[in-house]
Order: sequence, then structure tokens, then C-alpha cells
Amino acid sequence: MIILFWFFAVLAVSSALLTVTRKNPVASAIWLIATFFCLAAIYTLLGAFFIGIIQILVYAGAIMILFIFVIMLLNLGNDYEPDIRGHVWKVVAGGTSLVIAALLARAFSGELPAPLGHVAGPASLAAQTADRGTVGVIAIPLYTDYMVPLQFTAVLLLAAVVGAVVLAKRKV
Amino acid sequence: MQQIPLEQALGLSALLFAIGAFGVVIRRNAIILFMCIELMLNAVNLAFVAFSPRSGVQGQVFVFFVIAVAAAEAAVGLAIIISVFRHKESVDIKNFSLLRW
Amino acid sequence: MLLLQEAAVHATSAAAGQAGESFAAFAPWLILALPLLGFVLNGLLSITAARRALPALPPVGDPHWDAHHEPSEQEHHAHGDDAHPAAHADDHGAHGHDAHGHGPKPATHTLPSFIAPGVLIAAFAVAVVNFLRMLAAHPETAWVHEYWSWMPVNDPTGALRVGAAIQLDQLSMLMTLVITGVGSLIHVFSVGYMKEDPGYPRYMAYLNLFVFFMLTLVLGASYPLMFVGWEGVGLCSYLLIGFWFKERANADAGKKAFIVNRIGDFGFLIAMFLLFANLGTLNFAEVMERAPAQMAFGGAVVTAVCLFFFLGAAGKSAQIPLYVWLPDAMAGPTPVSALIHAATMVTAGVYLVARSATLFTMAPVASLVVALVGTATAIFAASIGLKQWDIKKILAYSTVSQLGFMFAAVGMGAYVAGVFHLMTHAFFKACLFLGSGAVIHAMHEALHHTHSDMDAQDVRNMGGLRRYLPVTFWTMGIATLAIAGVPPFAGFFSKDEITGAAWDGAHGQLPLAAGLAKVGIDGTLWFGLIWGALSIAAFMTAFYMGRMMIYTFFGQNRTGEEERKHLHEGSWTLTLPLVVLALASTFGGFLNVEREVPIVRWFDFGQGEALHRWLHPVLAGADQVAEANGIAGAAVEPSAVPIAVAILLGLGGLALAWTMLSRRALRTAAEEPAYANGVERVLYHKYYVDELYDRVVVRTVGWLSRLQAGFDRYVVDGLVDFGGKMSEWLGVALGRFQTGQVNTYAFAILIGVTLVLYAFVHT
Repeated sequence: MIILFWFFAVLAVSSALLTVTRKNPVASAIWLIATFFCLAAIYTLLGAFFIGIIQILVYAGAIMILFIFVIMLLNLGNDYEPDIRGHVWKVVAGGTSLVIAALLARAFSGELPAPLGHVAGPASLAAQTADRGTVGVIAIPLYTDYMVPLQFTAVLLLAAVVGAVVLAKRKV
Repeated sequence: MQQIPLEQALGLSALLFAIGAFGVVIRRNAIILFMCIELMLNAVNLAFVAFSPRSGVQGQVFVFFVIAVAAAEAAVGLAIIISVFRHKESVDIKNFSLLRW
Repeated sequence: MLLLQEAAVHATSAAAGQAGESFAAFAPWLILALPLLGFVLNGLLSITAARRALPALPPVGDPHWDAHHEPSEQEHHAHGDDAHPAAHADDHGAHGHDAHGHGPKPATHTLPSFIAPGVLIAAFAVAVVNFLRMLAAHPETAWVHEYWSWMPVNDPTGALRVGAAIQLDQLSMLMTLVITGVGSLIHVFSVGYMKEDPGYPRYMAYLNLFVFFMLTLVLGASYPLMFVGWEGVGLCSYLLIGFWFKERANADAGKKAFIVNRIGDFGFLIAMFLLFANLGTLNFAEVMERAPAQMAFGGAVVTAVCLFFFLGAAGKSAQIPLYVWLPDAMAGPTPVSALIHAATMVTAGVYLVARSATLFTMAPVASLVVALVGTATAIFAASIGLKQWDIKKILAYSTVSQLGFMFAAVGMGAYVAGVFHLMTHAFFKACLFLGSGAVIHAMHEALHHTHSDMDAQDVRNMGGLRRYLPVTFWTMGIATLAIAGVPPFAGFFSKDEITGAAWDGAHGQLPLAAGLAKVGIDGTLWFGLIWGALSIAAFMTAFYMGRMMIYTFFGQNRTGEEERKHLHEGSWTLTLPLVVLALASTFGGFLNVEREVPIVRWFDFGQGEALHRWLHPVLAGADQVAEANGIAGAAVEPSAVPIAVAILLGLGGLALAWTMLSRRALRTAAEEPAYANGVERVLYHKYYVDELYDRVVVRTVGWLSRLQAGFDRYVVDGLVDFGGKMSEWLGVALGRFQTGQVNTYAFAILIGVTLVLYAFVHT
């Protein structure tokens, strides 16, 4: 498990770096998809099977296809312009990012506060998964405890659809 | 079954987030910018999922919402890019400073 | 000391015999309300007339009214001459119309002829009723009635209670009679003088308003109420001086009067503040009651109060150094000069001093200052009057000079003499001014027939008018004899009483002389000086008045052949007031004849000195103060010297004028130079005082104002502008951060995230 995790972790990080550094948007998108696949694997390793499936279906399957579709539509895959900023920016941004990573790692490595710590325990999630099934373990709280946010999410998606149509239309 | 240590998963999440942030700052292509943002969102998702074996299923529920919002964001953001591209013939955000002084 | 005061009270009440306490005033508010009503009505008519004048087309159904003449006041004075109401009528005449026959005038120009004099005569009637009642009752105390509470202020340090109250005592009664009586005559005169003016209703409204404020001034029962009237008459004076405001000089004269009076008002206000701070009240009765107990005799406070009051009086009554506005005030219509700038308003300062007699008795130094300033003004203005050519300017300087006489009198503590001269002066100076108005009216009409551009007010252009204006000549002649001090006309008695007071003072017999001795000043020399100066001023008065009369009415007529045919006397509205005032000037002096004077003993009636006895209750407070401080004057030894000198000087001045001028062939303004070199030049230019004020005061103030304006513009505005500029620069500078580059913004957010994380980790 650990080995698998490390394998996918290294793969995810390198794909992510390639995503950020590729000049061609299509290449970036492909590498991002690779990153998403790695992440989906890690989710599965972490016991979040449904999320792993959703990751592939929605992110890799739907959202990234949309990105590529737009890149193709605007014909950006062939004569793309160089868009990476100068060295100064690279250094500054890289430094800042590393500082953020270090700070995050530092925050995570310390003694975690109770809500993030050992409240439910691993047995609980495994037990629930055994009890309700892979989907049910998410679906039941989603449709009971998180009913209202779910409905809002639905409204948000509807608004996004309408907004996207209005924005992308040639003539309103 | 041996558990993946929480610290390592979170460390990966931090690293991915930093990479995404780095990309947001150095790239000017609006589409790649969006992709970097998606990367950062996924880093956060990873943190949520990493906590869920210990803290319960709520983390996964939030991941679900994040994915939904990301989908909406991508749809609207890409629509805006298309709309702007029609006027500017470019997706380089240096040309997008429409509301500047 | 209390016993002494007590004794004095008993003595005075005993002297007055049966002091009738049953004086019941007859609706004194009507005296005030009637002129106010007149103002409102005439004001409404004036607005109506102004509206009517607005459209360029003549009013429908009234085709004759100014059909060929746009009824604007601008055109009226377009011929650039000095202000003359007759010009309007002449315009019609010159256009071939009968001056009296042009169509019916609108109601706005006929109604004021009845309203304005009507309300004044009614007010006069009410005043007379009150006077008769007061004469019968002869109350020892003032009748005060508060109609409503005007300024009730409750303050822990002292309550201010000023009510809208009328005070009716012998002094305010006398003033009311003069104002409404002379005012009525001048209103009647104004009907004849101003009725052709396009601004006729406006003029009458202002005149009514003036009378209202003047009556408020004299009838108010407290200093603040008096101040209301004081400011009100100042406003009306300004409005009426600048009545023909389309001409810049007139408007400037109005402004000058207004601004110079502000300096005096400042003094009045400071005096009121001092009074309130020290006595806690501003009502006349309470002030006069508390002042002797709460302020030291001859102390700094009471002296300061009196000097500040005198500053106010000097502004309103045109005394040195604030007299400069009065000669310029002649820019107004002549009846205005008669009413405001001769008979009533300018005497308000004298009234103020007489009203505050108790205070001035307590402040011998301030009183001496008043007397000296008055004397200086009298001789100074009289000398300027010697070399003026404008008939109104001569009278204006004469007025300043006569006001100086009054101030000399009240300053010396001869309050009755001052008020007496105020009254007789109101008669003969009103008569002279109205007479000059009649002369100007006739001159202007005559000159206009031939479109001559001669100055209608210059006495050099007149001459021999007695054949054409006999009524005016005789009435003005009587008034001239009165002002020159020829017995038995009114001015002789009042002026003699003033010079007599100075003579008494020089012999140490005035209370003021004793008061001055008490504070360590030998007053006799000063009084001697005052007597001498006043005598010279009286001589000059006789001379310049004789000169004016000779130039105007004697010798050859110098208006020109053609114009001469048009010289004629005005209508009865012009002559009637002249006759009445001439009669008053003739007999007014007998009101206060001293019984002891041998020459006039056979004129005497009753006990003699009627005015002294009449005003006695008003001045009782001052007498008590004098008694209490042991400065009551010794029994006055009547002396024939000042009387003889006064008669000699009066007649001598007239005789000198006659011998110097009448035999010579007088010449017109075009031929006769305005002045020879030397003294004449200085006199003609009024000692260059206006120029001096311009250099010293006006330019300094202008310079300071520019300095302040610069300070305001560059320092105050600069600070404000700097604040604005700073915001602007800051905006521009911060705006640079708004690159519009999403990356940059993202980076900024990233920095923020880093900081938040840092804080999160390290807590």
C-alpha cells in the first residue's frame, strides 16, 4: 500500500510539474489528466472508492474534456504563444510556493487539533462502508445531513449552465 | 491492510497545492491558469480524503461539493474565455486588463 | 447717602405738586403699528408696480401710462444729473405733453399718496392724545407696558429679560411728537416731490418703515429694543440714500453710510454687553435704578460704558470722526434728507445720551469727551459749510454742526438744552431741507425745459429766486433766522441755552464741573474753550446760512432767460409743510424760555422753562446721582453776557454775509471758480478728510483684506487643496498596483495566504 501510494504520489507530482511547465496547452491538459488519474488511485488507496470513481468520471472525463474541447475550439493547440513569465517571476513564485508548501507541511506535521485528529477512527469509516456500501456511505449523509447544501449546489450548477450559455452565445 | 500515514498524504497535498499556486503565478494562458486552479482544488480534495478514514465521511461529502463547484467554475470560466477570445483573438490574460484604470 | 436720595425723591415729587399717578396711555402700540401698516401696504403696492413694470409692453387698458416711456428707474436718471424726482414729469413735458395731463396713473402710484401721509397723521393724532393725557396727569414715573417676552434667557450666571415693551415717558413722548409731527409734514411734502417717480410706492414704503423703526427706537423700553430701532433706521437710511441705486454714486453713498454706522454700532453693542455684565439688566428703568448703587461714580466701568455708547451715538449722529457719511447721504431724495438726515434719525445719538443721562452724570470724564467732540464737530463742520456750493451739502454740514451743538449740550449735562435744540433743529432744519427741495424741484423743472445741463443744486446757478418762489423764500428765511440764532426765532433760545450752559460751566456752576473737580480735572478752562468754540461756530453758521440765502434768493437771477419763464412755486403739498414748519421755527423756542431773560420776559407764559419742567421726571435719576455725590450745580446766576454775544454773533454773521456778497454781482458756476487757493481750497475739499480716510483706513483695510484673502487662498485653501491633492496622488500611486494582470493579483493573494499560514503555524 505504502509503495503503491509512493508510486502514485511521485507520478502525480511529476505530472503536475509537467502540467505547469508545458508550453502547449494540450500537453498541459493531458498531464493534468494524468495527475487526476494518480489522485484517483490515491483516493482509492485511502478508502474513498466512490470519490475515486467520481474523480475519473467528472474531472478526467467531463471537466478536462471540456478544457480540451475549448482548446481545440479556439485552435490553441497549434500556434500557441509562449505564456510563461520571466525568470524573476519564476524564482519569486517558486520561492513563495515552496514557503507555502513548507508551512503547510509544518502545520500538518504538528499535533493536529481534535476535529482533525482521532475522532471517528479508521474502523468507523471501514465499518460504515461495510454497512452501507461504497456509494451509500456518501449518499446517505448527502441526502440527509447535507440536503440543503446539495440543493444549493444544484441551483449553482443550473446558474452556471445558464451563465455559460449566455456568455458563450454570439448574440444575446 | 496497512494504512497510508496521514502525514505523507497531507505532504503530497501540500506539494500539489504549491505546484498549482506556482503555475497560477507564472502562466499567462488563461486556460492553463484554470487548469492550475483545478490542480489546487484537487490538492485540497486530497487533504479532505486523507482525513476521512479518521474523521469520518464528512470530508468525502465536501469533496463531492468541491467537484460540483469546480465543474460550475470550469463551465462559466471557459465560457468567459470564449467570449473574450472573440474580441481579443487571444487567451493571454495580459490582454484582459479591461477594467484597469 | 440713602437718606439723601430719599430726600431728593421727596423733594422732586413735592416740587411737581400733585403728581397724578393716573396716567393711562391710549393705545401707544398704535403709534408703532400705523407706520408699519403703511409700510406693508405700500410695500405690496411697490411689488405690484414692479411686476407691472416688468413686461416691455404697456399694460392693457392703460395706454397712456408711460406708453412712450418705459417705466424703469434706470432711464429716469440716465441724464446723469444729481437725483431729482421732477425729471420724470419733465420728461413728459419735454415730449410735448401737458405735465399734469398725461393719462390716469395706476392705483399703485396714487394710493401711496393717501396711505403714507395718512398713517403718519393718524399716528400723530394718537401721539397727541397721549400727550394731552400725560400733560394732564404729569406722571412721575415712566409708563411701561410689556406686550410679549422677546428674549427670555435663563442662565445660572444671570437671567436676561428683554420684553417687547413700550416705555412712554416725557422724553419718548416728546420724541414721538417730533417724529410723527415733522414726519407727517415731510410725508405730505414727499407726495408733491416724489409722485412722478417710478419708484414712488417703494419710496413711501421705505419712508413708512423708517418712521416705524424710529418710533421703535424712541419708544422701546430697553437698550436692545432701542438697538432694533437703531439698526432699522440705519437700514432705511441705507435704502433711501441709495434710493436711485441705478447711479453708482448713490449706491456708494448708501454703502458708506451703512459701513460707517457699523463702527458706531460696534460701540453700542459693547456698551450693552458691559452694562449687562455689570448690572444684569438692560431695561432702562432697572439700569437707571441699579447703576448708582452697583457702579462707582466716575469709575472705569461706567466711563467705558458711556464712551462706547457715545461711539454708537457718534456713528448715528455724524460726529467726528464718523461724520463723513452724512454729507454723502445727500444723494438720497431731498425729503429723505429732511426727515432722516436732519430732523430725526441723526438725533438718535442725542436721544441715547439723554436717555442714559444717569449713566453720563456718573461718568464726568466721558461727558467731557462728549462735549468736546460735539464742540469740535460743531466748529469743524461749520467751517466746511462756509465754502460749499451745493445747497444740500451746505445744509448737510450745517446739520453736522448743529448736531455737534446738541452733543456739546448733553455732554455738559445740559440734557434739556440738548433735547430742546434737537426739537427746534427738527423744525428749522426740516424747513430748510424741504425749502431746498422746493428750490431744486423748481430749478430742475426749469432747467429741464431747455435741456440745460447746469447743476440744479449749485447755489451759484440760482439767484433772485425770491421773486419766483415767494413762499419758499419767506419760510426758508424764517428758518435761516432761526438757525442763525436771531431772536425770537426758535434756534436762538435753544442755542442760547447751550452756550449759556458752557458759560455757566466756565464759571464752575454746572454739575459736570463739580463732577470733574471730584475726579481731579479742572473743567472751567474746558468749558470756556467750549463756549468760545461754540460761539465761533454759531457765527459761522449765521454766515454760511446768510451766504446760502443770498446766493439762492437775492441778486440777479442766473438761471438764464429761457429757464426763467419756467420757474414757479410747486403745488400746495410742497408749500403747506414749509409754512407749518416755518411757524414752528418761529414759535418753537417759547417752549423753554427762561423767565429771567429780560429781553424776552414779556413773551413768557406760565412759570417759564416749560420743557425743563416737562422733562424733569425723566432726568430725576440723573439729578439724584448728582445730589448723592454732592455735585449738584450751584444756583445759576443769570448772565446777560452769553445772550448778548449770541445775538451779536448771529446778526453779525448774517450782516457780514450781506455786506460781503450781495453788492457784488454774483456769477454762475461756469464763471465763478469753486475756490481760491489757500484756506478756501482746504475748506472746499472738506479738510481732505475723505481723502485721509481713504488713504489711512480704506486702503489699510483693503490691504489687510487682500492679505487675508491671500492667506485664505494660499494657506487655508492650500491646506484643503493639499488634502485633495494628496488623495489624488495616493490614488494615482495606488492605482499603479492595479495592473490588471491576473497573475499579479494571484501573487498578492499568495503572499496573503503565506502570511495567514505563517500566523496559523506560529500560534
